[in-house]
Amino acid sequence: MTLTKRIIACLDVRGGRVVKGVQFVDVIDAGDPAELARRHAEAGTDEIVLLDITATHEGRGTLIDTVERTAKQLFVPFTVGGGIRTLEDAAAIFDAGADKVSINSAVITKPELIDEIGSRFGAQAVIVAIDARRAKSDNDPLANAEVFVSGGRKPTGLRALDWAKEAESRGAGEILLTSMDADGTRAGFDCALTARVSEAVQIPVIASGGAGNSDHFADVLLQGKADAALAASIFHFGIANVRELKEEVAKRGVPVRLPC
Amino acid sequence: MIAVIDYKAGNLTSVMKALHAVGADAVVTSCPEIVMQSDKVVLPGVGHFSATSLLDKHGLRKSIEERVKSGIPFLGICVGLQWLFEGSTEAPNRPGFSAFRGRCERFGEGIKVPHVGWNSIQVKESRLLQGISSGAFVYFTHSYRAPVINETVAVTEYDFPFTAAVERDNVMGVQFHPEKSGAVGLRILENFARMQ
Repeated sequence: MTLTKRIIACLDVRGGRVVKGVQFVDVIDAGDPAELARRHAEAGTDEIVLLDITATHEGRGTLIDTVERTAKQLFVPFTVGGGIRTLEDAAAIFDAGADKVSINSAVITKPELIDEIGSRFGAQAVIVAIDARRAKSDNDPLANAEVFVSGGRKPTGLRALDWAKEAESRGAGEILLTSMDADGTRAGFDCALTARVSEAVQIPVIASGGAGNSDHFADVLLQGKADAALAASIFHFGIANVRELKEEVAKRGVPVRLPC
Repeated sequence: MIAVIDYKAGNLTSVMKALHAVGADAVVTSCPEIVMQSDKVVLPGVGHFSATSLLDKHGLRKSIEERVKSGIPFLGICVGLQWLFEGSTEAPNRPGFSAFRGRCERFGEGIKVPHVGWNSIQVKESRLLQGISSGAFVYFTHSYRAPVINETVAVTEYDFPFTAAVERDNVMGVQFHPEKSGAVGLRILENFARMQ
């Protein structure tokens, strides 16, 4: 009996469809989120994250509908993120069937939103997403890694380690750490940065950004001290079958949910 | 009809969805009269143990007591299981339902808290866990744990062993979330829904 490390599939959704950007330019249609989520869960993915990348006002109605449709036949943990700015936004997402919300940009300017959602829906329902970049030309690029918003374009001046600790003290249940340096490279997660953040907090840390193969997952779950690892595109186009991925990760000595 | 009790401790959508998926007739309610008419009760709950104070405020505790005494199946989930014990260090002044002996305590230092994710269970003979084998994985998310007692029917280990499921006659509880535990969880809810 050991708590297993989670393999999480992320669905980037725009206008009710799963999309995947290639270097932020070409966006490829990867399918129906409800269908993909169900298939991921059946294949053994431990958790599903749906990320709304529209983040426009008119997109919100579509998002709620998408969340409802996706949650309907999904009996594994289901997180929704993207454009959640208020307690009411979060409440609508929970009503539609999400178990957790992932909040990012909005809590940089309004950190008390973490407390508000946590006290109403429980800390376990709040994931604070942190997009971080290693500090350039610095003695300690990890300790001084900086939080970015707006898809990694806008620096905030916040140190990722400090922000992770603040999120924890305000009652976040988990941290979703995306390395903006590794994201999209498929060359592996930023294990060193993930380990630093994971050691700095007592709450679980989900690593994101850079997944390309099963060794990358094993690396970040072992050396990176992550409690879970998330990826998007490598699952959608059949690059990684989650069952095989888990078997490979297990061979490296990582406890995973198998059979699943 | 299953009364799923709403005492404002989190979101009930997932529990309802899973009960409906196994064909159960379930309603969300905060009304003691509806609890009195139900033939099963589910007490879900995520979040803080102190939320259980609302059970007293709404007069729900009394109706639950009467229904449990009359022998109908009762299932507590997560904080709902913890409430079945005598109390929790999370809210030391809030008495639990005291169907089971012992108090819930926070996980120790030096490990990640909350305990979030899929962990396996070691099961004993149980009505609720019929058809579930030891080693089955279920999804947990909690910071407090219930002690292992005689009536424990499933144990999980995180730092220490704790009660993952408890059962005596018609009173049952699970620390994990059956509504989020895939096929294993749905089977457990189906077992409950089919109880007489």
